[in-house]
Amino acid sequence: MALILNEEQQLLKESADGFFAEKAPVSQLRELRDNRSEDGFSTELWAEMAEMGFAGLLVDEDNGGTDFGVMGAGIVAEAMGRTLSASPYLASAVVSASVIKAAASDAQKTALLPAIAAGEKIVTLAIDESAHHRPENTGLKATADGDGYVLSGLKTFVCDGHVADSYLVLARTSGAVGDTDGLSVFLVDKGASGLIVDRTIMTDSRNWAKLTFEGVKVGADALVGPLNGAFEAVEPALDRARIIVAAELLGVAQECLDRTVEYLRERKQFGVVIGSFQGLQHRASHLFSEIEVTRSAVLKAMQMADAGGDVRWFASLAKAKACKTAELATNEAIQMHGGIGMTDEFEIGFFIKRARILQSLFGDFNFHADRFAACSSY
Amino acid sequence: MTDLEAFRNETRTWLEENCPASMRTPARSDNDMCWGGRNFKFISEDQKIWMERMAARGWTVPAWPKEYGGGGLNKEEVKILASEMRRIKARSPLTSFGIWMLGPALLKFGTHEQKLEHLPKIARGEIRWCQGYSEPNAGSDLASLATKAEDRGDHWIVNGQKVWTSYADQADWIFCLVRTDNTGTKHHGISFVLFDMASEGVSTKPIMLISGSSPFCETFFDDVKVLKSNLVGEENKGWTIAKYLLTHERTGISDMGMPTPLNMLAKDKLGEDADGKLPEAMLRHQVAEHEIDAASFVFTLERAKDEAKAGGDMGAFSSMLKYYGTELNKQRHELIVKVNGSDGLEWEGQYSNNGDIARSWLRTKANSIEGGTSEVQLNIISKRILDLPA
Repeated sequence: MALILNEEQQLLKESADGFFAEKAPVSQLRELRDNRSEDGFSTELWAEMAEMGFAGLLVDEDNGGTDFGVMGAGIVAEAMGRTLSASPYLASAVVSASVIKAAASDAQKTALLPAIAAGEKIVTLAIDESAHHRPENTGLKATADGDGYVLSGLKTFVCDGHVADSYLVLARTSGAVGDTDGLSVFLVDKGASGLIVDRTIMTDSRNWAKLTFEGVKVGADALVGPLNGAFEAVEPALDRARIIVAAELLGVAQECLDRTVEYLRERKQFGVVIGSFQGLQHRASHLFSEIEVTRSAVLKAMQMADAGGDVRWFASLAKAKACKTAELATNEAIQMHGGIGMTDEFEIGFFIKRARILQSLFGDFNFHADRFAACSSY
Repeated sequence: MTDLEAFRNETRTWLEENCPASMRTPARSDNDMCWGGRNFKFISEDQKIWMERMAARGWTVPAWPKEYGGGGLNKEEVKILASEMRRIKARSPLTSFGIWMLGPALLKFGTHEQKLEHLPKIARGEIRWCQGYSEPNAGSDLASLATKAEDRGDHWIVNGQKVWTSYADQADWIFCLVRTDNTGTKHHGISFVLFDMASEGVSTKPIMLISGSSPFCETFFDDVKVLKSNLVGEENKGWTIAKYLLTHERTGISDMGMPTPLNMLAKDKLGEDADGKLPEAMLRHQVAEHEIDAASFVFTLERAKDEAKAGGDMGAFSSMLKYYGTELNKQRHELIVKVNGSDGLEWEGQYSNNGDIARSWLRTKANSIEGGTSEVQLNIISKRILDLPA
């Protein structure tokens, strides 16, 4: 398969770029932040996104989706990275839809996927328990109780946690912290007795939450996927989400470069535009090169994910490379903008904040470089 | 069975029967490779047989037309031949600047007669070419070259000096940029000519490098006669060909094939711990960081080819590939030296095949200088892709 977008994907890209530039520019995120919006996203935007089919890109057509695959979802994520559009897309349409598709029963799929694809129900994955992403270190306990389970423990860094209708919760049903065996996923609805949701304001002004489970009771039908075998079931879905997060990081990096180059062409000092200085030209050209190389890794990973099979190596490659490049791009963007890049009034600062969150989400550079090496047998 | 499957089977059988066993091991350095030419000394009878057998089928240059000594294979067949050669780890039967650089330029800009005269000799490894571009005062600023060609009716008289001419002392012919007019801008008035290195007035002097070898020469022209029939393309318009070739060269330099993965070299040297990991954590981290970049770059080469096939204009993109690929290769060799520790710093000795590691490492320092420095590539990206003012 050629490593370029096909015609259908090119059209999706153009329509996504146009849509977010018009409907959800960075100024919308600023407004949500400044008004301390209750929802943390525009419900009108989310409804329009669902109408465009963006909420169902990873959902099959029988369940009301558009089935554009990881490639389609990545293309839209990249467009969102360029305008920092706030919505439950990543939590619900990407991560949760992937996990449900990979692990859930047919009945659960029918109950959840059409609602996710229609943007009517927000589902999110609660996985991390400490500041560093390590799924095998899950300690939140799910103990058998009658014909159901009781969940006790903490979750953190839960995307769209305070607006979610349901949570997919990774819990330990056997074994010890550190084991990949003995993990299971449970579906918990908002408002469940004993579930405490604390919205956490993070650097990127988007929706994050901490969850406390104080003996939350769920039925046997809340189990999603195999008992004790969630790690293997969830990992491929998580890898697809990681690739899509890498695509959003790519969008952030590309936008930083484009805005910076535009600034270099306009800003004058010493009587000339600063873009004529070789010192700045070389920084910008190096950044361009890194972004192009990153684009190839992300594109390859998206294609491999849609081709099926084990994509651990490709996912870690794409996420690691995207983390590194987004870090470079956001730092360089501020440096090349000079003093104005440090002001809140100027938009470039929003990008570095979002980038660091995405870099940290589902494994940072170090996590993925280590995993990349392990997948390469060293 | 499709035609391509049949071609793969035939190719596999033929290679099995015709590639000598000693040609199924990797070449360790430039000295192990077959360069061809009047004065070439084959390192073994196997090397000679292998080149001749491949040349007889046109497979030293599989994509060139048959009438010019090539194999006349289409793109798919070329890929199959390459993958079948990789399968048995066959060495390239012939490596040369004729194949890599002059050939593509002649195919694009040469006359039918010029192609007929020069291409088959390149394909059969009979004539070895060198490239006369850089001069003492025209390095990164190549277009300011001053080697002068004086018009004498049916020929020119060439006077001047070239430098960094790769293997000029072993080459039979040279493709050379000369100034035929100095009245216009510096890009105008350059002509692309071919002549025999045995011509009267040509002399060469090898330059000893930090790697201890002398792959480059100073080349002097003292009243050298060059027939006008050996002009490629139009007089005074040689810069177009030079640029085309540089683009070609940059893509070539950036695409150095798939070398042995660094992590395997490291494991061979250092072994592994109980978990199968490289035992030195910091080195493992550095290797992984490098290989993430290297793998991403390999996919970038793939993407560039696919975009070119789909009709994209890849002109200035080759500068990015050249820049990134050469910087990556330098970093790779720094890590190879680190992996090998003091053994990697042998100059003569048994742990390193007489200093191969150190010499190869030092050779890579030129990667980001030759074919346009990294800084020149960044300038090109700024100007032609990012559209920043000069």
